[in-house]
Amino acid sequence: MSTTETQKIEELANKEYKFGFVTDIEADTIPKGLNEDVIRQLSAKKQEPEWMTGWRLKAYRHWLTMEEPKWPNVKYPPVNYQEISYYSAPKSTPKYKSLDEVDPELLDTYKKLGISLDEQKMLAGVAVDAVFDSVSVATTFKGKLNEMGIIFCSFSEAVREHPELVKKYLGSVVPYTDNYYATLNSAVFSDGSFVYIPKGVRCPMELSTYFRINAANTGQFERTLIIADDNAYVSYLEGCTAPMRDENQLHAAVVELVALENSQIKYSTVQNWYPGDKDGKGGIYNFVTKRGACRGTNSKISWTQVETGSAITWKYPSCILQGDNSIGEFYSVAVTNNMQQADTGTKMIHLGKNTRSTIVSKGISAGRSNNSYRGLVKIGKKAEGARNFSQCDSLLLGDKCGAHTFPYLEINNPTAQVEHEATTSKIGEDQIFYLNQRGISTEDAVSLIVNGYCKEVFKELPMEFAVEAQKLLSISLEGSVG
Amino acid sequence: MLLEINNLHANVEGNEILKGINLKVNAGEVHAIMGPNGSGKSTLASVLAGKEEYEVTEGEVLYNGKNLLELSTEDRAREGVFLAFQYPVEIPGVSNTNLLKTAVNEIRKYRGEEELDSMDFLSLLKEKSKLVELDQKFLSRAVNEGFSGGEKKRNEIFQMAVLNPKLSILDETDSGLDIDALRIVANGVNKLKTKENATIVVTHYQRLLDYIIPDFVHVLYKGKIVKSGGKELALELEEKGYDWVKSDKAEAVV
Repeated sequence: MSTTETQKIEELANKEYKFGFVTDIEADTIPKGLNEDVIRQLSAKKQEPEWMTGWRLKAYRHWLTMEEPKWPNVKYPPVNYQEISYYSAPKSTPKYKSLDEVDPELLDTYKKLGISLDEQKMLAGVAVDAVFDSVSVATTFKGKLNEMGIIFCSFSEAVREHPELVKKYLGSVVPYTDNYYATLNSAVFSDGSFVYIPKGVRCPMELSTYFRINAANTGQFERTLIIADDNAYVSYLEGCTAPMRDENQLHAAVVELVALENSQIKYSTVQNWYPGDKDGKGGIYNFVTKRGACRGTNSKISWTQVETGSAITWKYPSCILQGDNSIGEFYSVAVTNNMQQADTGTKMIHLGKNTRSTIVSKGISAGRSNNSYRGLVKIGKKAEGARNFSQCDSLLLGDKCGAHTFPYLEINNPTAQVEHEATTSKIGEDQIFYLNQRGISTEDAVSLIVNGYCKEVFKELPMEFAVEAQKLLSISLEGSVG
Repeated sequence: MLLEINNLHANVEGNEILKGINLKVNAGEVHAIMGPNGSGKSTLASVLAGKEEYEVTEGEVLYNGKNLLELSTEDRAREGVFLAFQYPVEIPGVSNTNLLKTAVNEIRKYRGEEELDSMDFLSLLKEKSKLVELDQKFLSRAVNEGFSGGEKKRNEIFQMAVLNPKLSILDETDSGLDIDALRIVANGVNKLKTKENATIVVTHYQRLLDYIIPDFVHVLYKGKIVKSGGKELALELEEKGYDWVKSDKAEAVV
């Protein structure tokens, strides 16, 4: 980006701040800062029952005793937790009056992704006047799901309507004491999704946040809980391929999955939060705790993620394989460009007998970015016959970026079989020349090669998500070679 | 005139490899370029295709009246220049079909034509794969990944058939081929020959020229074409060996 462009955007940003769109601070916003009163107010505004408020407070008190982790391979200035507003009304005021005020590069990306004008406005935070079809679509789907006994609603609604389920499972996979960001999330989580698939039910459609009304406003502390009861199946899609602009810099989400006997949960993510400009300014810090428990025998949890956004990504979708014969899978593509930093991977904790896990991680670094894979494979004492296969590949574009691999292995049972493969490669100039010679431009050549490299992961994504992910990858890496 | 090379000099890493090449190729012709190892045959092929490591220091190359050396590698390809690689690279995870679909559509776009729809494209692939007796399963396999030497070369000719170039340069396409594969590859090349296109066959051995009959044979030695003639020149070379040219060269220079 040229200096004049940067200036222009900064000007816009300042303008926005100066005039602020502060028209009536809505009664529904709690002022900045964090203390027990704020949590009580927040809980009251959400009309939560006593037990929920109590849980939040326990988490908050525990959080005060904790320190922010310093071990990730990322660098960022300290976050001031008193400068954050922990509750804002779901209908926040639009940030811009028209698309003309939005970062032109962002708009360009939307165009390339083929996103409709109305959606562009919604994603960029521009006032929208049209009503989305998806709202009515969502209602239709909801009816069908209800008939099958499937619960798919916002977390707040679940707390009100299905307290028994929430009480039973909330914090059962990621306890409120788990880690700094998860504990903060437990104290102040805004909203998120709740899914319950009853015994023997196979959810007939991919559940997506996109279809959930108000999904766009779940805020910076999202909380998701998915339970698949015995013999149930569900595939859940999180995120959106379009870059989401958000003024909240810190995002600390928690996702908990519970798979009971013979059940299967497939959780796919495409994460494309605003990465900041070419100098890394203004990007999102994405500090997420995602964990699934395979509680039942023969249960299975698969995480598939395509991470292209955020200035900093810090997440390790994990599986606790408690049930005998349970299976955990992690398929990941993490792309970093410009100044982005990613420290991501997984944890596979084998507790039950004959548990199996597969890890396929594909890191791609370009620009001046840093991409780290960090993964733990732990085989417990009682995990007879446990098996793990890990493959961690790194692809470098250019010579100013970095790729790092931090595998941790803890094997406490002699019958375990653990395999780890790792490769680091650069896109070969001979590959690019070969494709150029077939009439393909260097940019398209890189995109072909990179998509080929990620194929093993993309094939785990639901069809239309996979197509979008491919497009997204090309856009994320534009201009990084040649 | 499809291709006209005038006094072409080229360096790689500061060493002059091509030292004044002159060559004229008309549409409808097959030219063979022969020569001992290190004579500059593959360099000539790479320079024509636009490989960056090679620096042209002197001379010009006209292709269809255009200055070829000013065009980027991809634009040369889109203008109809095709190089069958001596060592085709592997591109993991990218299927043959995907590569060709991208290539065909890029070329069509360049020429202001509409993209081919999937059905038309697939039938094109099927038709052309028969030409080099390439099993359909190769279409969905990753480009050259795990292919045998012969399969890689056949795949090059298959790509050539799909892209339908005006000027094809076959760089040592016969190397590493057994006699059956050689026959299949040569058959493919012969079937693709028309009055509108031309082929330059770069080879070390005469063997390939039993199957692809050249109109002209040129002998390259130390970066220069030292002898040109008809197809019988190849036979003569086979019989007398390159030493004959090497000693002869002294006379030619004098």
